[in-house]
Order: sequence, then C-alpha cells, then structure tokens
Amino acid sequence: MGMTVTSQELDQLVSAKVKELAERRLEQLVNERVRAALEAEGRSAGRPKRLAIVSSKGTLDAAYPPLILATTAAALDMEVGVFFTFFGLHILKKKGLGNLKFVPVANPAMPMPMPNLLGAFPGMTGLATLMMKQTIKQKQIASIPELMAMAKESGVKLWPCQMTMDMMDIKPDDLIDGLEEPVGAATFLEYASHADITLYV
Amino acid sequence: MATGYVVDQRLDCKGLNCPLPVIKTKKAIETMAVGQVLEMVATDKGSKADMVAWSKSTGHELLDTREEPGFFFFYVRKTK
Repeated sequence: MGMTVTSQELDQLVSAKVKELAERRLEQLVNERVRAALEAEGRSAGRPKRLAIVSSKGTLDAAYPPLILATTAAALDMEVGVFFTFFGLHILKKKGLGNLKFVPVANPAMPMPMPNLLGAFPGMTGLATLMMKQTIKQKQIASIPELMAMAKESGVKLWPCQMTMDMMDIKPDDLIDGLEEPVGAATFLEYASHADITLYV
Repeated sequence: MATGYVVDQRLDCKGLNCPLPVIKTKKAIETMAVGQVLEMVATDKGSKADMVAWSKSTGHELLDTREEPGFFFFYVRKTK
C-alpha cells in the first residue's frame, strides 16, 4: 500500500516540483528583463505618449498643422516636441509669428477662384493673406500667435534649429520668448526615437 | 439624457473651431476636483468624435452626450 514511495514515484514528484519552480522563476526573470528593457528605453508603463513634429515651412497655412496638432496632443495628455527648421523657424521669429503670409502662387487649392498667374502679381500675397486672416477670424479659428501661446502654456517643447539660425543669420534675440535652447538634428532625432508619432510638416 | 450625476461646471465653446473645444475642455478639467462633472457645449461638428478621442486618451470619463439642433453637449467626469 501507499505507505512507502517507490523511487520511481519519488523521481516523478521531484521532477514535477523542479519543473514548477523553474517555470515560476523563468517567468519572474523574463518579467524583470522586459521591465528593465522598457525602462531603459523610457517606455515604462504609464509613460505618456509622445508626439514629435518637424516644422519646416514658414507660411501662414503651413504653420497651422504643427501648432494645432501640438496643442491638441498636449490636451490629450501627450508629451510634445516641435523642431522648427529652415523656413519653419520663421514661425518662431518675433517679426514672423504674427505676420505669416499666405502665398497664392502655385497653390491650385486656392479657396477663391483665381487664375494661377495672377497670384504672382505684386500685392496678391498681401491680399490673399488678408482674406485668409479675415476668414480665420470670422470662423473663430485660433490665430497662430494664440496657438503658440497655448503650446507654451501646455508645456510643448519648441526647439529652434541652430543650423538654420546660423545659415539665415538669425540671432537668439530675433526669436520669441519661451523656447528651448537651439539644437541640432541629433537632439530632435533622439527625442523622436522615443516618440509614438513623428510628423514632418 | 442619462441621469445620476450633477453638473459642477459649465463650459461654453459655441462658435469655436477645432482644436479649441478640446483644449478649453482640458483647461477647464484641470481647474476642477476629481469626481466633478463638466458640461461642455460646442457647435463644432468635429467635436463629436474628438471628445470621444480626448476622453479615451486622457482617461477622463465621457458620461453622456446629447444633441440639440446645431449644438453638441458633452458631460465629462474628472477621474484623476
């Protein structure tokens, strides 16, 4: 009867126990490693989602998408950084922010019917900009300076591109307040490499 | 309209366009206490889908929505 355990039964019991312990330990180890790897990548659980944007164009219409997406992402509890490079840097200039132009030349999607060639006449850019700004106001769409203020208020990182500043001879004093220090491509790429969404405008 | 909650604060976003209703909602929620309910009213048709996305992303609970001709009402409970 079952008073004694045969050595075969004992072997089975021991190997079952060893297997159970080994599996439990293995699971622990995997969990620890995965957590450590995610943390090393800055992706620990509960980390906010991150949006990285390159803003490379300095016209009124091209300034909207990066600023609308940046402010909205911040409202969605995302972490946001915008890298302003080439003509995009114009948006960060004291003399640029409130004075961006809407350029009708080579824009086949003009809201008002206008032969494309007309867009090249003197004064047409000013006229198109004026009309665009009136529409923006009438429809109660936020202005670019308003969106910029919201972006700063909600902690969006605004990076001027150092190389563009050097190339276009733009001084730190020419730029609006509340920006990050000017940086290069590597800083943006390192930031974007931990982003969930990266956009180029 | 669902019941079971009391509106603690109201936010008027009538006439405002994307992304202002969402941004103003977020700002208003920040000033409130956890558990309180915000009523936001907008005329922007996009806000119907956007408020659902905002709630999903931030975790603040969209308790209820209702429509009157031209107006969209949203009821949000602050959860954190």
